[in-house]
Amino acid sequence: MTPEQPKYKTSDEVDFVIIGSGAAGGILAKELSTNGFRVVVLEQGPYLTESDFSHDEIKVLGEDLLTNHPKLQPNTFRKTPSDKAKQQRAVMYGRLVGGTSVHFTANFWRFHEIDFIERSKIGPVPGSTFSDWPITYSDLEPYYTKVEWEIGVSGLAGASPFDPPRSKPYPMPPLPVKGSGVIFERAARQLGYHPFPAPMAILSQPRPGRSACVNCGFCLAFGCEVGAKSSSLVAAIRVAEKTGRCEIRPNSYVHRIETDANGRAVGAVYFDEKRNTHLQKAKAVVVCANGAETPRLLLLSANKQFPNGLANSSGYVGKNLMINSGAIALGLFEHPLNDYKGFAVSRISHDFYELDAQKLGFVGGGGLDARFDMTPINFAIGGLPPGTPGWGKDFKSALSHNFNRTMEIFCHGTSLPVENNSFSLDDEVKDAWGLPALRMTYKDHPDDLKLCNWMAGHAMELLDVAGAQKKWTFPVGEQQFAVHLLGTCRMGADPKTSVINADHRTHDVKNLFLCDGSSFVTSGRGQPTMTIEALAFRAADRITALAKRGEIAG
Amino acid sequence: MTNESSRRTFLLHSAAGLGATWISAQWPSMLAAATHARQAAKSAAPAKFEFFTPEQAVEIEAITARIIPTDDQPGAREAGAVYFIDRALVTFASDNQKDYKEGLPELQERVHELFPSLTKFSAATPDQQDQVLHSYDSGAPAGGRRRQRAGSQSFFETVRQHTIAAFLIDPDSDRRGNSGGVGWQVIGREREHMFQPPFGYYDKDYPGWQPAAKDADKK
Repeated sequence: MTPEQPKYKTSDEVDFVIIGSGAAGGILAKELSTNGFRVVVLEQGPYLTESDFSHDEIKVLGEDLLTNHPKLQPNTFRKTPSDKAKQQRAVMYGRLVGGTSVHFTANFWRFHEIDFIERSKIGPVPGSTFSDWPITYSDLEPYYTKVEWEIGVSGLAGASPFDPPRSKPYPMPPLPVKGSGVIFERAARQLGYHPFPAPMAILSQPRPGRSACVNCGFCLAFGCEVGAKSSSLVAAIRVAEKTGRCEIRPNSYVHRIETDANGRAVGAVYFDEKRNTHLQKAKAVVVCANGAETPRLLLLSANKQFPNGLANSSGYVGKNLMINSGAIALGLFEHPLNDYKGFAVSRISHDFYELDAQKLGFVGGGGLDARFDMTPINFAIGGLPPGTPGWGKDFKSALSHNFNRTMEIFCHGTSLPVENNSFSLDDEVKDAWGLPALRMTYKDHPDDLKLCNWMAGHAMELLDVAGAQKKWTFPVGEQQFAVHLLGTCRMGADPKTSVINADHRTHDVKNLFLCDGSSFVTSGRGQPTMTIEALAFRAADRITALAKRGEIAG
Repeated sequence: MTNESSRRTFLLHSAAGLGATWISAQWPSMLAAATHARQAAKSAAPAKFEFFTPEQAVEIEAITARIIPTDDQPGAREAGAVYFIDRALVTFASDNQKDYKEGLPELQERVHELFPSLTKFSAATPDQQDQVLHSYDSGAPAGGRRRQRAGSQSFFETVRQHTIAAFLIDPDSDRRGNSGGVGWQVIGREREHMFQPPFGYYDKDYPGWQPAAKDADKK
């Protein structure tokens, strides 16, 4: 919190109130305040900075230093709408200024052309609400470039023959290769694939106020202590604050969007840290609360005029949830990789991005990455080969031998949109503020599971060719836990089958905009954040243009 | 990486990253914080127990010493696991207090059942101790249960997970585990806050990224 920050009164009708400060909210705050607007950002989590981050696995992973708290904000889960939901942790997201971008892996893949038009190419898929986006890759390309240059992405343009066209190279070279990357690259080439340096939202060169990556080894799930990970916190929020027009208000839990008699949003109602309620007035409301909390907030905002929830005339708010499919294969090698050093991923392959649905019998595609992302305790609990004793002499010697010799191949894949897969309000369970808990309903489309099994088989083959001494994988099963929260307020031209239009404006409420993973129409191949950020840059341009033409107010 | 942007170039960039920009900004405060934590951990090390009685502590320490035994390398005992667990039970793991209160007497009953002359786990020989522990779960394999969250667990499974955490927690944290960094030493994790490539055996001779011949003409 810098001295330049203004302090707006809640009664002061600012231009925009933005709900959420993560991948999308941070960028919209930066762009809209830079464009001259007065902005308040309401973030439910605390305002932490580099000195608050830690390598203490218990604090970060066990006590949820950076993430939503299952005790304060319980979730429930069921597979289908006819099942009774059970209380369990169903989602994990960053709950702090900067949101999930603070603790993510930082794999930063652009979507390819196919991701926007796949429905037209493939045709309908039984059991899926598969649709094209109302925008194409070329609409988004300038904004992908903007993300790379303004937020900071390292990579090598032209290194993958499958890459979509780009208007500019990356602003900085790729991060160094890790042992896992070398092993992966050599084996993948032997198999005729096209591995390439992973594009990562982690600095390989310093930027003002931010260090290049120092390879500390506590990356995925941890906050970066040197500002090298290109989170919204370091790359967007701080720019927004410097405009002098943007106030970041942490510990502000928005639970209702207030509307007037004309059906326009008038502001956001939130609990402050002491659970006092406030209404922050604004000319327009932009919700960037993530693919779980954005639909939940719209449903919580139901009133007489909008009995099914705000902006929900389609009935699609919360529906068509996609969480990306995935599989993991692990390998043990003869010599030390010391892959705990550095960020998670240095090499990837997009050879499976577009697969032949006719030939394989399923619709979908994916990508592989070579990584090691297990911190020491995590590794000891879950990183040893099946059958290894869990305690005693042999456990200790396996730990001692394997920690530096293990790597993973992570298979990332599509989720097909299914209407029943959703976030909704639980009928019984409440959060610590007395609000209905988030309920997740999810059953993977059968094609998603087929895709994962297929990719896991190829990852195992790759480890075999790479000369792994041991290799193992985990059975692909139906998922019950999500970190990618996509599709739940989808974008579209038809108000009957979508929640927002291509400008991110809700079809039903003229001065209400949504931008985050909920805007997605398809899931991409497992790395959504880059696209969330490109959408946010584009949304900021669209919203600015509408505001300047006087098409939001009045 | 391209030819011109080889690993050597990277090293130069990386070194630049540690230059004026960074060092003048946040590095000193971070090092100060790490030093502070290390001193706090050190000053707390010989402190008294907050949850266990001394008798209970002896028993718990004996269990941890079978989970990660001492050989030519330090084990849970040298890592101070019992101190970590003691603090855990009044902090993040306070929900597990009941498991320990009820589980320890039950463990001692198992000791007495198997070896009628004994009433204490710590009085048994290492082989006898292992027999007692095997009676819980015949040695819960560690593999194949990736990142499972604690659910309903037996007493021994709770102690097992706490001992692992105690052995491998960041030694600069204030949790009184991994004393002297011995756990990281055993698994070969260097106790540094920053590293430079090459990191290991496989990347040390990597010539820099080159497009495969057939990639070049594909597009």
